[in-house]
Amino acid sequence: MSAATLRDPAGKVAGGVRASTLAERVFRIRESGIIVVLAVFVLVTTLVQPRFLSLANIQFILVDTTVFALLALGETMVVVTRNVDLSIGSVLGLSAYLSANLFTVSPGIPIPVVFLAGLGIGLACGLVNGILVAGGRVPSLVVTLATLYIIRGIDILIVGGKEVVAASLPGAFLQIPKATVFGIPDIAIVVAAVIGVGAYYMRTFRSGRDLYAVGSNPEAARLAGIPVGRRVFTAFCVSGGIAGVAGVLWAAQYGTINSGAGTGYELQVVSAVVVGGVAIFGGSGTVVGAALGALLLSTISSALYVLGISPFWDQAIWGFLLIVAIALDQTITERLTSALRMRRTRHE
Amino acid sequence: MSDIAGRLRGAVRWETGLAVVVLLIIIVGSVASPDFLTGNNLFNLGLSNGEVAIMTLPMTLIIISGEIDLSVASILGLASALLGVLWSHGWPMPAAFVVVALTGLAAGAVNGLLITRLRLPSLAVTIGTLALYRGIATILLGPNTVSSFPAAYTNLGINAVPFTGNDITYSTAIFLVLALIFGVVLHATPAGRSIYAMGASAEAAQFAGIRVKRVKTILFMVSGLICALAGVLYTFRLDTAVQNNGLGLELDVVAIVLLAGVSIFGGKGSIAGVVLAVLAFAGIQNALLLTNFNQEATGIVTGALLLASVFVPNAARWLRYWARLLRRPQKA
Repeated sequence: MSAATLRDPAGKVAGGVRASTLAERVFRIRESGIIVVLAVFVLVTTLVQPRFLSLANIQFILVDTTVFALLALGETMVVVTRNVDLSIGSVLGLSAYLSANLFTVSPGIPIPVVFLAGLGIGLACGLVNGILVAGGRVPSLVVTLATLYIIRGIDILIVGGKEVVAASLPGAFLQIPKATVFGIPDIAIVVAAVIGVGAYYMRTFRSGRDLYAVGSNPEAARLAGIPVGRRVFTAFCVSGGIAGVAGVLWAAQYGTINSGAGTGYELQVVSAVVVGGVAIFGGSGTVVGAALGALLLSTISSALYVLGISPFWDQAIWGFLLIVAIALDQTITERLTSALRMRRTRHE
Repeated sequence: MSDIAGRLRGAVRWETGLAVVVLLIIIVGSVASPDFLTGNNLFNLGLSNGEVAIMTLPMTLIIISGEIDLSVASILGLASALLGVLWSHGWPMPAAFVVVALTGLAAGAVNGLLITRLRLPSLAVTIGTLALYRGIATILLGPNTVSSFPAAYTNLGINAVPFTGNDITYSTAIFLVLALIFGVVLHATPAGRSIYAMGASAEAAQFAGIRVKRVKTILFMVSGLICALAGVLYTFRLDTAVQNNGLGLELDVVAIVLLAGVSIFGGKGSIAGVVLAVLAFAGIQNALLLTNFNQEATGIVTGALLLASVFVPNAARWLRYWARLLRRPQKA
């Protein structure tokens, strides 16, 4: 089959184009699937309780999504390379405490410096993960499970029984999640822009495309001359850095930070990423899908709250949706594979 | 043949290393604190680690078969919540036990069927059921706490097994018996060999006539049942059923199993290693507790051990690789 296509460049191009439009269509279906679920949730909830679509509630959902959407962006870059970063919850916790504590340690410190500090803390953690995974060539699941424990342990040793309270934080810092432009929260706009940049990078840049190649077949990627180790290392650094910044945002949102901040976020973020159509074993999925997954998570919690359903249903519904999403994703992938195979057979 | 011998030697070496670690912990622990090697302390050690230890056994088999089960702690929580609800509704204990056991089996069956029949990755599926089962536990109990279980049962959680000199808890005894059973099944039966075979290559095992899907489903069901048992023990030990019982324990369970030298990719590991890893894990937590180390921060040591568990075997491989590279010019 490959020999035939090689001899006939025109046929090869035609087949390639058709295959890619089919693939594109399926990817579009994946993300539109989330949008449909999202729309159904919003519609049903609004019909029952119109105040769900009030400005205040939309603002609340958007602000609530920002931290998860950011974390999902970093996690997507890692998962696409057929790895996973379980340490993000711990990184977020460490960064949230250390950066918020800066306001107490050195009063009057400019807010951007605090964000830079958070970024630095996150990058340092990501660097360690990246070196261990890419340099040591050991499974990322084990490495990041270990750093999840170690970073949280360091956090606990530093924080102890203390906590940062909102009263010790400057008003301008606590105002960050509340500021709006035309009713849209500022940070939602900034985070959307960051996700846009991430999506553009992964779609267009060579190193971004490399991430997909590494994830769909690491050995083939290596043979194709892609610096696999360096790409995986970068993905972990980005994921860590983003988790660090997300920690500062978390601190601004919640105001009270103890040693338990962000505990268990890793599984929620991995869920959001998988629901967003990113394959858990790498090679496919988009940042936008993952961000939509995070938005869906926040929307569901908010919908349950507004409908007066006990928040205790939250987790069960989320788990159920996650399983449905994985099952759907698998079915779509299998259909796609067999469709492509059929197409190839017909071309022969 | 030599490959098998080599692999055996590698496995033995890992367990020997663990045994040395356990010995070191015992020596350091008893030097650091005179309370370390007392019967009372051993009792407390078994008490606080029993449920996690029990859950490592089915997890070992699942990881060797090439899968993973992250929903174990949620099944524990679900079993605990269900026991609490049934008891508070006036069910007799034996009937509640049956329902809890069946629920554990069903939870495991859902995992197993989704993974084998729909061919879904176990990592993703069990993150989903981790949320789902914990969610059902939360729906069952809400913010409520059920306590005041009958003393005859809560005594199982806090008293020692008779005739053991007050040193061995029921959960420790159950762990030891189960470890023996799991060890025999894994290392001395065709079913056990088939678990290794499917972990090494599911496709090859399939062609060799092993019913991969059925065996894996059974493994997940066994895991569900054992975790439900752990949930019952947990409830009786604390005399409390709340929705977040055992929250996050799945990571401890996975960490111990990996520390035992079980490969995350499947096909390698032994029950002896897991028993030693349980001792190392419990011993470190306990030694740190007695030396007034911040108890919640003991995760640092767990994490470091986990890193060691992946890097030490690799270090040996790298050393061998470099040794071979250095030797080659002399031959030529």
